[in-house]
Amino acid sequence: MKRYPWLWSFLGALAVWLVTIVVVEGRGAGATLTAALNFAVFYVVVGAGQMFVVTTGPGNVDLSIPANIALAGAVAMRVMDGNTLLIPVGIIAAVAVGASIGSVNFLLIYLLRIPPIIATLSSSFIIQSLAIAFGRGLRIRPPEPLADFTTARAFGVPFMTLAALLLTVLLSYVLRESVFGRSVTALGQNARAARLAGIRVNKTRWLTYTLCASLAGLTSVLLAAYSGGASLDMGNQFLLSSIAVVVIGGTSIAGGDANVPGLWGASLFLFLVVTMLNALGVSSGLRQMLTGLIIITIITLSSRRQAT
Amino acid sequence: MTILSRQSLRQRLPRTLRAALPAVALALILIAIFNLQPRARSYFGLNLLLNLSVPIVFATLAQMFVLTIGDLDLSVGGFVSLVACISVTHLTQTPWLGVLMLVGCVVLYGLLGALIAWRQLPAIVVTLGMSFVWFGLAVLVLPSPGGRAPAWLISTMGYRPPLVPLPIIIATLTAIVVFLAFMTTPGGVILRGAGGNANAIARAGWSLMRIRITLYVLAGCMGVISGLTLTGITTSADSNIALRYTLVSIAAAILGGSEFVGGKVSPIGAVLGALTMTLAASFLSFLQISPDWQIGVQGVILIIVLALRALLEWWERHA
Repeated sequence: MKRYPWLWSFLGALAVWLVTIVVVEGRGAGATLTAALNFAVFYVVVGAGQMFVVTTGPGNVDLSIPANIALAGAVAMRVMDGNTLLIPVGIIAAVAVGASIGSVNFLLIYLLRIPPIIATLSSSFIIQSLAIAFGRGLRIRPPEPLADFTTARAFGVPFMTLAALLLTVLLSYVLRESVFGRSVTALGQNARAARLAGIRVNKTRWLTYTLCASLAGLTSVLLAAYSGGASLDMGNQFLLSSIAVVVIGGTSIAGGDANVPGLWGASLFLFLVVTMLNALGVSSGLRQMLTGLIIITIITLSSRRQAT
Repeated sequence: MTILSRQSLRQRLPRTLRAALPAVALALILIAIFNLQPRARSYFGLNLLLNLSVPIVFATLAQMFVLTIGDLDLSVGGFVSLVACISVTHLTQTPWLGVLMLVGCVVLYGLLGALIAWRQLPAIVVTLGMSFVWFGLAVLVLPSPGGRAPAWLISTMGYRPPLVPLPIIIATLTAIVVFLAFMTTPGGVILRGAGGNANAIARAGWSLMRIRITLYVLAGCMGVISGLTLTGITTSADSNIALRYTLVSIAAAILGGSEFVGGKVSPIGAVLGALTMTLAASFLSFLQISPDWQIGVQGVILIIVLALRALLEWWERHA
């Protein structure tokens, strides 16, 4: 268990799924799992970016993700304008919006010498205003093929999930094998040692924040396509959930130790918890409260695990 | 001798300027507003402009107490919303139950500090989780918008003292009281010292656990006052009435000179920062710019002040 910290999150997801099945007396167990695989994609892709950021060391968190998703999603829908041929252009536009936001975040951290939390927070204020001004009352539906892609599945496994699986395998490879990935981990373990070892700290930081924000931009397209259009508040839940899946998945919040498989377990867990609470007929207020409590409990328990 | 004093002046100037930044930012935005709308200069105008700053001042102080120990509280907004919901329901209908619930909220805040200190948890994640707990509780207390604040609260916040508007009196008194209690007393030194150098304080025999609990309880008290004054102004509430306070309180505290390394905070700066953030919102409406840009302008002000601060720090090092 100690060697595979991500196992916990999968076991948790499995347990919650089983409880849900018992509650609904076995009806729609497969459908629940398919829905979980579908929704987990959003958590995983956003969470992967946040994981890279968190891994670069204490105090590194991207708080601009919700605003980023709101703006990039609105831009993507405007660029595509419901036109199938413009799908690639729209995706590139959303990722480009994300990449620019990431670069701005890095510049604020670098030039103003302020903690990343404050930098991403202040930029998110401005991005939020841009998103409101740009995306208010936007009623552009995503192009049909894109919307179809986000819901298509074979044998109960959504295509989107397979694509995201590929992406995470790629990111896992980048993290373990590439110079960039190893720099990220080294930076998180000991920034001073990393600097002395000749790692290009600023370049690594810049790439990390750009990668994170680009992945959030990519997610915004998927979210907008899945929910039939971009809305201003579609990114709101991803502030907590992006951090939660990183921590629940076994990545160290203190940095220097990332865990890619755990992202999937944690994302499935997070979605299934909400499903379970819904199946139990819990009111929305109580559901919010329990979600918060579960996350705090898991963080408390995982800190005990790291200590031993 | 002359060279020495000139040097020390050159070194002192950027530091003084940096300390004056929050006041300068507030003065600039006030002047801009007065120029755009001369009628704002009256008693009535100032009262109207600054009315909503009162709860923001207290939310910012709550954030400042948590920042003191190097933590960041992402649950302030949810907490103030919950207090507001309790205020317009239980506190009006069965006052003793309402008071008991508010005390319970503050105790919970203290326990939160204990949990963070005990397990050495990242405060940002714990408070992010708590923001859902507070919000969920607020929805349970007040499922649909409405309620009515206690009459004494409404009449207190509606009081019109002679000469100086109430928000200015509250802001001034609060700044002075918190400054004296937190910046000049031995207890305050220990609380702030724990943020600056935790090891030194622990070795001197102080319990870091108790210090963190104290700071979180103080933050909880400020959150309660924020929620109560808010409903005194709005008279009714809904469960997401103050959610935006989380970001505004962080921005205002930072604007007011609080830093992230812990230990470096400024109560007077925090109050000035809260006033500036409130006025930034009104400033736009005087320019007849859509409120869409309200939060964006707050972000721009924050970045400008941080940039100036970075510039002055650079100057200080090279002076």
